[in-house]
Amino acid sequence: MNELLEMAESVFGDAWDSAAAGLDAELWRTCEETGLARLTLPESAGGSEGSFADATAVLRSAGRFAARVPLVETDLMAGWLAHAAGLELPGGPLSAVGPAAAAGVSVVDGRASGTLRRVPWGRAVSAVVAPVDGQVVLVTSGAAGIRVVEGMNLAEEPRDDLELQDVPVRTAPLPAGALEQLRLRAALGRSLLLAGAGRCALEMAARYATERVQFGRPIAKLQAVQQMLALAAAEVAAAEASASAAALEADRDGIAGASVAIAAAKARAGEAAGEIARITHQVHGALGFTREHDLRVATTRLWAWRDEDDAEAVWNEQLGDLALAAGAAGIWPLLVGRD
Amino acid sequence: MVTHSEMTPPPVGLPPGAAALRVEVRSFLAEEQAHGHWRPRVDSWLSGWDERFSKELGRRGWLGMTIPTEYGGHGRGALDRYVVTEELLAAGAPVAAHWIADRQIAPSLLRFGTQEQRERYLPGIASGEIYFGIGMSEPDSGSDLASVRSRAVRVDGGWELTGTKVWTSGAHHAHAFFALVRTAPAEDGNRHSGLSQLIVDLHSPGVTVRPIPLLTGAHHFNEVVFDRVFVPDSMVLGELGQGWHQVTSELAFERSGPERYLSTFPLFAAVVGALAEGDPDRGRRRDLGRLVAHYRTLRRMSVAVAGALDAGAAPETAAAVVKDLGTRFESEVIDVARWLVPVVPDPAAEGGLSRMMADAVRHSPGFTLRGGTNEILRGIVARGLGLR
Repeated sequence: MNELLEMAESVFGDAWDSAAAGLDAELWRTCEETGLARLTLPESAGGSEGSFADATAVLRSAGRFAARVPLVETDLMAGWLAHAAGLELPGGPLSAVGPAAAAGVSVVDGRASGTLRRVPWGRAVSAVVAPVDGQVVLVTSGAAGIRVVEGMNLAEEPRDDLELQDVPVRTAPLPAGALEQLRLRAALGRSLLLAGAGRCALEMAARYATERVQFGRPIAKLQAVQQMLALAAAEVAAAEASASAAALEADRDGIAGASVAIAAAKARAGEAAGEIARITHQVHGALGFTREHDLRVATTRLWAWRDEDDAEAVWNEQLGDLALAAGAAGIWPLLVGRD
Repeated sequence: MVTHSEMTPPPVGLPPGAAALRVEVRSFLAEEQAHGHWRPRVDSWLSGWDERFSKELGRRGWLGMTIPTEYGGHGRGALDRYVVTEELLAAGAPVAAHWIADRQIAPSLLRFGTQEQRERYLPGIASGEIYFGIGMSEPDSGSDLASVRSRAVRVDGGWELTGTKVWTSGAHHAHAFFALVRTAPAEDGNRHSGLSQLIVDLHSPGVTVRPIPLLTGAHHFNEVVFDRVFVPDSMVLGELGQGWHQVTSELAFERSGPERYLSTFPLFAAVVGALAEGDPDRGRRRDLGRLVAHYRTLRRMSVAVAGALDAGAAPETAAAVVKDLGTRFESEVIDVARWLVPVVPDPAAEGGLSRMMADAVRHSPGFTLRGGTNEILRGIVARGLGLR
């Protein structure tokens, strides 16, 4: 586990490039060579058979170094869904979307038409997997009839619409419970990335505070600044703890069994994201507000990812419904789960 | 800067047997309430002094759980103890009498105490019959604990203690407390030197215990005055002059437990119950769910620190983070509860939401003060971040 973390930090740390955008093809090759690319997939799907605890180390690290590779999409989402449905996995980076983003697509006689909305890394992956009308559909990139309309999120990561016109696709029946699992897997992965990005912003702000001199001393010596950064550190710790604990529960109880923990993780990490970005920008002053400064690499990801794979509002509402169903007597057991 | 794992220890699973233990505790608590022995209350670890209940817990083996059996304890792990304490707090059970003895006195005696001290106190702590207080703060020493002025001077066979301690919870009922006192002048430039911990029998001649009523008028806090109180050499805890080190090593236990985020949980449970009877709108369901996400996260953070402590680590920064987040959250629960279910707080009510709200609001200033103010704790976190 520690070796895995060290490897991930070394691989992603070396690839840090705040000026670049889009898929980091070289980093992706390294991820494939080191087994990080398909970390949790079974060996039969070309995976490393890692646990969600392993994914915790890798994804927090990927978030911390703003790795420009679709790890969550390839490993936790598309690879899992296609493999679970019995579809053979193509090589290379993969992406997936949920039923809402695929709602405009229909499949007739093995040919798909319609638009897949905001496909993460859509322009750069070898295939996209999506649930359509009770089936799992695998769209191979480069097939005739695909038009890519490039888009992006707040961090300028590719979020592309794929317009399909009579595109030949592979399909298989959607396994039971797969829609909910896909949603939870995406949220778990996104929570871990958020925690990593939060750590990155905090480290930058703590370092900047010790370097920036005002009133004749580093601003880190001002108690007002210390108190602000301690608040940010607490939010980072909350994001890390909730996401890592959700992974622990997913290993123990399965993804569906960890649904409360995952909902709590995405909601809590998403809430932390805004506060971490606010404080770390405040500490950086106007400099962090410029294109030139690296802080934006972390904070734009915090802002982008908190709203992707459902925002706090959605997850909190779900948790609120569970709390109401539990009632006064059941609320504590809901918090404890299967511990 | 501290590493990830120092600020966020890895999540820990509970040991096998924890689930069965939890079921046992829950069924006991349900039985107690069915008999009307007590009503769930907020902040029960400060205000719920109930010696019958403490002895009952002792009888069932749920106090002194981590104390070795040779001292009357049960030789179980810290995480087993965690399960019991969180269940008691979530139920709002009256745990104040034994709380300090079980939480930090017993671990300190095991770590620093002599054989005689352990034999004298640990069996009674485990049976729920010996209660302790903590004597740290003084009238002029709050956050700046190293400035304590209580002094012990050498006399034949022991020490003669003079000074005043304040905010000592339960000293009017407790048998003894740990007093942090100066036994030697501070060495040049090191205010932490020359401090020692003495175990003071609160019934010794020369000890006066006076109430310091809370703003509610309730008597939990005390002023403890020593007028030339004799403390025998055998009641020095640990090493002379090592008091500062010993006290600060207790703090990680004190700062990260479930009592740092659950003080207002009984109010939250009552709010869930009230909302569940109606048909709350989407906004209220979101607000409610947000508290669920926070509670779950805080619990995981607190358990992770317990796991790290159990593994022999000293996660000072992580413990400070838990207390800062958790105790601010305890008050936030009140604010959200007021928003979700408006109720006029009634301190004279027998029970129910209006009484819980009254107690929660009036106890809330203490949440972010006790165990080290949150501002001091953030200073510890800032040090962990390499800022100071």
